[in-house]
Amino acid sequence: MATFTLPKNSTIQQGKSYKAEPGAKNVKSFRIYRFDPDSGENPRTDTFEIDLDKCGPMVLDAIIKIKNEVDSTLTFRRSCREGICGSCSMNIDGLNTLACLKPIEDVKGDVKISPLPHLPVVKDLVPDLSQLYAQLRSIEPWLKSDTPPPPDAERRQSKEERAKLDGMWECILCFCCSTACPSYWWNGDRYLGPAVLLQAYRWIADSRDEATGARLDDLQDPFRLYRCHTIMNCARTCPKGLNPAAAIGKIKQMLVERET
Amino acid sequence: MANEYAKNTVLRSPLGRVRGLGSAKGGTHHWWMQRVTSAALLPLTLWFALSAASLAGAPYEEARAWIAHPVNAVLLLASIALAFHHTAAGMQVIMEDYANQEWVKVGSILAIKAICWLLAIASALAVLRIAV
Repeated sequence: MATFTLPKNSTIQQGKSYKAEPGAKNVKSFRIYRFDPDSGENPRTDTFEIDLDKCGPMVLDAIIKIKNEVDSTLTFRRSCREGICGSCSMNIDGLNTLACLKPIEDVKGDVKISPLPHLPVVKDLVPDLSQLYAQLRSIEPWLKSDTPPPPDAERRQSKEERAKLDGMWECILCFCCSTACPSYWWNGDRYLGPAVLLQAYRWIADSRDEATGARLDDLQDPFRLYRCHTIMNCARTCPKGLNPAAAIGKIKQMLVERET
Repeated sequence: MANEYAKNTVLRSPLGRVRGLGSAKGGTHHWWMQRVTSAALLPLTLWFALSAASLAGAPYEEARAWIAHPVNAVLLLASIALAFHHTAAGMQVIMEDYANQEWVKVGSILAIKAICWLLAIASALAVLRIAV
């Protein structure tokens, strides 16, 4: 059966504790998952007390402050700090989200931070995304058309056709949704997961694409597509407010449509 | 999970593992029939529950006569077929979700189907022996 408990060498232990500077008035504790596979030690939770009066408003500001001022070995991905690159996705306060878009003040009590769930951990808050990137590659997320584009012009699309891509082009591939999905946890090696299926539908729904049938053929599979049981964690967790479950529903609808 | 192509332990590229054995080009019928049977079972279950409640405490002969009525017998047979189809389809999905060893998955799905088939035939026979 699916494994519901952690193996012995993955159980999380109590880690180090770093106090705030004396005199700090607005203190908040950040409890952060730490793991270094090279050390041979178990993962641990370190606690960092941060003076919020000397810190930016977002969770990302706090972990950058920790890396700069307290513990430079803290490892995480970040880039744009404005919710468009998708690098700083992690589990904050029990919900997958982007550290740069999550205000510290939205978290009651200690801020608990761990890497995206159910992925191999490279170090600390950095998970291995190779499988997710391979799955994205496997759905061939690019325009496929046998008809050449009009000479010296772009392929045209009506406003209505273009509007069908709204709610999908905004995806930044942070994979908060896929790693929040229990079906992806249990069968991630075969189920494509919400993020990749949303991208698959983004090309199915594109009026300029001529490979709709072949794309549906590739998705029509008990594991690739039908592991989705509309649990809806994907829509709940998406930091961009998108709804991958709705896109998956439309793929299922089209598969029934072409048989009836 | 036991799919050899999907295992993380072989020196195969991530894309090769993800593509695996390719699309099964199936699953749509299974998924659609699960929805159709659940929609059909809504009124049938309501009808059966109300009928069974109204027969509570009725004498044996009256209950037999109710089952033997052609309309009731037909609806009972339909309920039996749909309920066991729906049960088998749903249990199969649960095993596919959680069983991560191939023999457990295949074995349990075959067992589920065998049990549901036998129970459905036995239930249908019970109705038919009274009705026919």
